[in-house]
Amino acid sequence: MIGHLLQRLTSLALTLLVATVVVFAMLNIVPGDPASYMMGLNADPETLAQLRKELGLHLPAWQRYFAWLGDLVTGNLGVSYTYRVPVTELIGERMGVSLPLTLIATALSLAIAIPLGVFAAARRGKVSDAAIVGATQLGIAIPNFWFALLLVFVFATSLRWFSAGGFPGWDQGLAPALQALVLPAIALALPQAAILTRITRSSLLETLGEDFIRTARAKGLSESQTLRRHALRNALIPVLTILGLQFTFLLAGGIIVENVFYLPGLGRLVLQAITQRDLIVVQGVVIVLVAAAIAVTLLVEVAYMLADPRVRALSR
Amino acid sequence: MIALRTLLVALTLCAAVACGPPRPPENAARIGIALEPPNLDPTAGAAAAIDEVVYANVFEGLTRVGERGEVLPALASRWDVSEDRLVYTFHLRTSVRYHDGTAFDAADVKFSLDRARAPDSTNAQKGLFEPIASVEVVDPTTVKITLSRPVSDFLFNMGLGDAVIVAPESAATNASKPIGTGPFAFKRWMKGTRIELVRNDAYWGTPAKLDKLAFLVIPDPSAAYAALLAGDVDSFPNFPAPELLPQIKGDPRFEIAIGTTEGETILAINNTKPPFDDVRVRRAIAHAINRKALIDGVGEGYGTPIGSHFAPHNKAYVDLTGRYPYNPTKARSLLAEAGHASGITVSLKLPPVVYARRGGEIIAAQLKAVGIATKIENIEWAQWLDQVFGRGDFDLTIVSHTEPNDIGIYARDDYYFHYAKPEFKALMSALDRATTEDERTKLLQDAQRMLADDAVNAFLYQLPKIGVWNADLRGQWRNSPVQANDMTAAYWAREKPK
Repeated sequence: MIGHLLQRLTSLALTLLVATVVVFAMLNIVPGDPASYMMGLNADPETLAQLRKELGLHLPAWQRYFAWLGDLVTGNLGVSYTYRVPVTELIGERMGVSLPLTLIATALSLAIAIPLGVFAAARRGKVSDAAIVGATQLGIAIPNFWFALLLVFVFATSLRWFSAGGFPGWDQGLAPALQALVLPAIALALPQAAILTRITRSSLLETLGEDFIRTARAKGLSESQTLRRHALRNALIPVLTILGLQFTFLLAGGIIVENVFYLPGLGRLVLQAITQRDLIVVQGVVIVLVAAAIAVTLLVEVAYMLADPRVRALSR
Repeated sequence: MIALRTLLVALTLCAAVACGPPRPPENAARIGIALEPPNLDPTAGAAAAIDEVVYANVFEGLTRVGERGEVLPALASRWDVSEDRLVYTFHLRTSVRYHDGTAFDAADVKFSLDRARAPDSTNAQKGLFEPIASVEVVDPTTVKITLSRPVSDFLFNMGLGDAVIVAPESAATNASKPIGTGPFAFKRWMKGTRIELVRNDAYWGTPAKLDKLAFLVIPDPSAAYAALLAGDVDSFPNFPAPELLPQIKGDPRFEIAIGTTEGETILAINNTKPPFDDVRVRRAIAHAINRKALIDGVGEGYGTPIGSHFAPHNKAYVDLTGRYPYNPTKARSLLAEAGHASGITVSLKLPPVVYARRGGEIIAAQLKAVGIATKIENIEWAQWLDQVFGRGDFDLTIVSHTEPNDIGIYARDDYYFHYAKPEFKALMSALDRATTEDERTKLLQDAQRMLADDAVNAFLYQLPKIGVWNADLRGQWRNSPVQANDMTAAYWAREKPK
């Protein structure tokens, strides 16, 4: 198992290296100059040249790439062109919002999806199953921003239970910060929960048709015992795969929800950095996300091993 | 989307009638801004969002610009101007301190202005300082500035955000931790969400009435509207969703303040590129545009039509909107006269602002009606700056020129619409030499007429300033002579309900 993991780690490190090349190349092809964005309509060419020199933009692309890569190895992501602060600091601040938000949303979607999925599978073909399947269809179909706006108008502007958006910061105490994340987390979790519910249900139904389930039943286990002890555990593998994908998606993909609730998350940081051609920030965030995706993939693989004894045996 | 908004509006209205928007628990105001400033140093960046937070609140210059565009004393209490208008002697205020306790004196003025005009300066408006030949410290409270040529707007220019006075001790760190002399001091900046200021109790002048100011970054128009209704924000000095104004109008809890800005919104034309090098084609475009329909469609009817590149509230303004009345038939015949009877196809590049994107669709339809087919290209600001502004690679574009008193851009040789007619340049240099107000007015009016005659660009309308705020929050600027939110005189009208 250790050998297998090492092998995986090497290939993942290579993935990361390839990603740095791709990200850097792509961003350097994009037209637009961060310096002229910063200096606006009245800037003279001399000032622009001076600013480019200050930002290190006068160097050829390959030199900038290796300088960036060199810093990257030591954990330094460079200094933002526009904000003029270290990129790691910017990402750190935004992670302080995006990571808890993603964790809460993921936990919430799991808490909704697993019981619902199991329940629907157990009652396959009955009215309650049909109702759940119908509800998930709706959950997937509802646009994220619309649901988010609806939450704002019902719970913030009408009922005034929550503020309409913004983030007070963790230094203002746990309760206000968590409160600011409640509505966004619900908005993010709903469509994910709908997808997970469907996956859980179908995967469980498939597992219930397997031979080992028949064996378990033959041993005299009750239907609910079979479901809990044997079927669910095996059915979780596709659920974990989807969950892993969703997690990395939510980390920066919550941009629409971040916009509706004007949260200072990672998604908005990237969008703003792209607009301002703050390429070093974009590069930094993308690399961090690639790394996160890789880490999650690894975690999911480990989770497979724990969930499925066959995978554990195979990788030994 | 429209239907959705209507539904949401209806949803909120029922709840809104019951209770007023909650006020902040303390003597504070929360101001909504659409764009986050990239940094907080107005001397090192062009972004209007920087001035929207720090101008007058945190940083001050020798002079300052008032709500109606007038020049007021600031760090200089008075000044003398020499007969030849080349030497300005500024008499500075005493006992002024920066927020970090450092004392302010004439050396800081010399430092700030020399820094702005140095060869390695990254001041976005470096051109403003170019005419300065020398800055001399006469004594700690007197500074003598000598110009190499007279500049008509020099005192106004010294009141802009780019010319604020900074201390040598803090100049390098102002981008993230601004230290000025203003009535509010910087407290903290949570990037991506809010910037907080607190009252400077050691202020040299009239102290601010509010204890705290918070600027909240809310880019999404629907979110801005929700934040206003939920009472999370007390004021949007520039409300981003004019289409929602009808819903706010009859609501006594909010005040809608329509004011003026320095933003001349134009359909810019590439004057050297055929067929636009023919004045008849440019005039045809001018005749093809129905400004009334445009203003109604883009800004709910708010906005004053203009006929040249000049702000209607300026004393020297001449109304030239009648020069090219909306007349599609005339436009067609001018096109035919220029040899384009069968029509032309041109590109229209639109930056990502509402007035350009929405206005672009309307203008494209109006041009099509006279035989000018447009290919609309929606581009980002960075692309616009690169292609249109930087390389002049465009046919038509829509943009608002928000710098005050900026008619001089038409005299620039390599400016993106490529006008720079020698006669116009002569007018501009005469303007700088002019000594009397009458002379200046006449030259400015000649300049406006020349631009209109040559139909350099299609002049559309003056961008309005649409402010929406809590009706109890008083003392904010209605107009925008510079892009700033001067909160130094703002206060809450009534005692807070207990």
